Parts: sequence; C-alpha cells; structure tokens
Amino acid sequence: MAWPRATRRYTVRLGVSMTVYVVSLLAAVYLVGHHRVDGPLAWALAVLPGLAIVGAFYAIGMLIVETSDEFVRMLIVRQVLYASGIAISLATVWGFLENFELVPHIPAFYWALAWFFGFGLGGMINRVTLGASGQC
Amino acid sequence: MRNRLKVLRAERDWSQQDLAQRLAVSRQSVNAIETGKYDPSLPLAFRIADVFGLAIEAIFLRD
Repeated sequence: MAWPRATRRYTVRLGVSMTVYVVSLLAAVYLVGHHRVDGPLAWALAVLPGLAIVGAFYAIGMLIVETSDEFVRMLIVRQVLYASGIAISLATVWGFLENFELVPHIPAFYWALAWFFGFGLGGMINRVTLGASGQC
Repeated sequence: MRNRLKVLRAERDWSQQDLAQRLAVSRQSVNAIETGKYDPSLPLAFRIADVFGLAIEAIFLRD
C-alpha cells in the first residue's frame, strides 16, 4: 500500500531538515569552531544546525495536522506527549542537580536529543499497548 | 466499548484491508477498533455504519 500523503510530506520535510542539519553542522564546526569566520556570518552558521532541528519539530507538528487517519494521529500525539514529558522532566531534574553542582553542565541541545529518544520510546510503547507504532 | 466489526466483516468476506479501504483509513486502525483498543470518533463510527448499511448501535455495543 502506498504511503499516505501526510507521511510522504513528513518524510520529505524530515529529510530536508536532517540534510541541512548535517551540512550546516559540519560547516559550523569547521568555520566557526576553528575561528575561520566571525561576526554575523559566524552567528548565522552557528544558528543553522539548531534551526534545522526546529525544522524536524515542524515536520512532526505538520504530520499531526495533515494525518487524516484519526487512530494514526492519536498514536503520533501519544509519541509527542511521551517525548515532551521525558525531555522536560530530564531537563528539569538535571537542571537542579547542575545548579547544586552535583552533575556537570551539558549543552542544552541534548534536550532535543532526549525529546527524540522519548519520541522513539513512545512509538515502542504504542506498539506494545495498542499494536501499532505511529511514526519514527 | 464492544463491537461486531469482525462478525460483520466475516459475513461479507471482507479482510481488514478491504474494510480499511472502504473507510479510507489504515488497516491498523481497523484492527485497533476491531480489537477494542481504540474507540472511533462519532464521524468515523457513522462512516463505519454507512459502509455496513446498519445503525451505529447495531455495530457498537455498551460494555
């Protein structure tokens, strides 16, 4: 069976976001990390990988909006709830531990990584509890 | 909520995929509804009723 239109659009959006992420991260590490550029160009290059990850969040949000199958939409919403709950909880607890100097500082972009981990975990929980995974 | 989807499908010799195509939903949606893991919205319940030519209460039953 062919992929639904919403899934195809999600795949394209995610593919574009991840491509921009990899290319911009490599460029930022090489050019900004080694002080080959500075000023506004350095800022633009440094912000691009983060914006690419925002693009992935946008792709998931639009997937929810455009998915016409209500059961599949519910699966994705559940994944997003697991992802958000896990990421916010981890960030909050880590923040307090860090504040009392009990754990080392970690860059904030790791919470996006925790979110995607939660998104995947939500898919597995959907699979176990509802027999279908949603979206990866 | 219980339902008679499996029986009604069997009477018409439809697979879950056949019913899914008639409803314009995924096969996993039909499976989730049929096994009682997901209760459909009222609009989808009406579409299911229309596909089988029955009233909603002839398909979906109170627990």
